[in-house]
Amino acid sequence: MKWHVLRPLWVAIALVGSILIARQFVVPDDFGVHGQNFTYGYYRLSNVQEWKDFPVKYRGREYCVNCHAEKVQLVNQSPHEPVECENCHGPAVNHPADPALLLIDTTREHCLRCHALLEYPNSSRAHVPSINNRMHMRRRECAECHNPHSPGEKRE
Amino acid sequence: MTCSRRDFLKEAVGGTLASVLPLSAFTFISSEEAKAALAESKVRWAFLVDASKCTGCGLCVKACKNENEIPYDAPVTRTWVERYVVTKDGETHIDSPLGGRDGFIDDKIRGEEIDPEDIAKAFFVPKLCNQCDNPACVQVCPVGATYQTNDGVVLIDRDWCIGCGYCIMACPYGVRFFHPEHKVADKCNFCYHRISKGMPPACVECCAFDARRLANLKDPDDPVTKIITTERVAVLKDEYGTKPHVFYLGLDASVR
Repeated sequence: MKWHVLRPLWVAIALVGSILIARQFVVPDDFGVHGQNFTYGYYRLSNVQEWKDFPVKYRGREYCVNCHAEKVQLVNQSPHEPVECENCHGPAVNHPADPALLLIDTTREHCLRCHALLEYPNSSRAHVPSINNRMHMRRRECAECHNPHSPGEKRE
Repeated sequence: MTCSRRDFLKEAVGGTLASVLPLSAFTFISSEEAKAALAESKVRWAFLVDASKCTGCGLCVKACKNENEIPYDAPVTRTWVERYVVTKDGETHIDSPLGGRDGFIDDKIRGEEIDPEDIAKAFFVPKLCNQCDNPACVQVCPVGATYQTNDGVVLIDRDWCIGCGYCIMACPYGVRFFHPEHKVADKCNFCYHRISKGMPPACVECCAFDARRLANLKDPDDPVTKIITTERVAVLKDEYGTKPHVFYLGLDASVR
């Protein structure tokens, strides 16, 4: 039978077939429907574990207290108790192995995150003790006078 | 029997296709696999934001960027804080410089000075991925690179994402962005590596004002779940039908 439609048809079928065959090798074995349905649960299963293995950088106060119990205790008794150590000291990652030293953010801008005066009477910002950045000790670092671990007391 | 070369090739190709097609078109799973896929997870992660407690310090944004290796100075972020200042003439002024990464230390909004006398109300609203029950971003992914885990978190497979950006357009909350280094779509995943180890997300840990909290909705004894189920909470853009799972306390109607 000689029919001019057949030849392109075979080519098309061969193309689709070769794609399906290639797919067997390219797509990982664990790729498929794993969740509740195809719409939201069609994925590569091992990727979930890959995300779980992402390295943790912020270790929390429970990690710091292992070596710096004195400082943690001091902060815990001060108004800065809710502020995590790593907010100012930076993420611990694997400190003291790596990094050996943490870079402490002592800049004025860092303190101003909470303590810059914004006149928003019904915002919770109004309940944080604050300074007018343009008036109060301009170009000085706060920690020169205030002890961040115990902000109630002033340094001489 | 005679067989021309052409006929032989036709038969050979046809035969090969006939044997390969049904196998590749269907995936057979065992009954155990089917059961495992349908098994109910004991966890459904959700988030509670107390907008009335947020002071706009931006420490959550800083922590998120460090924790999740998002380029610090690139204009992209997984979570951000918006400032809303509603003036007495009814206008709403909104800004979020660098996503609030460096906090809000200036009272100017987009360079505009607002007289404190004119302010009717002002507040901060932290935003992050809503881990929707019906995630629009997952529906549009053409390659299956983004998906919903059994515990409700939407993840992105960085090896599988082709970076087409459909999901970035589909998210009604503008949560997704293009990761400048990995060249794939990226977004908040509630710090999946932390919550699966029993740690709080980085933004929750670094929030000094308890404005951000994580909840397991399937655990009725979870204190945050109790708040979500018993207090008056709101979600963002409910009308989209995405069933977002970031709940807000103290959300104002002017928040978009």
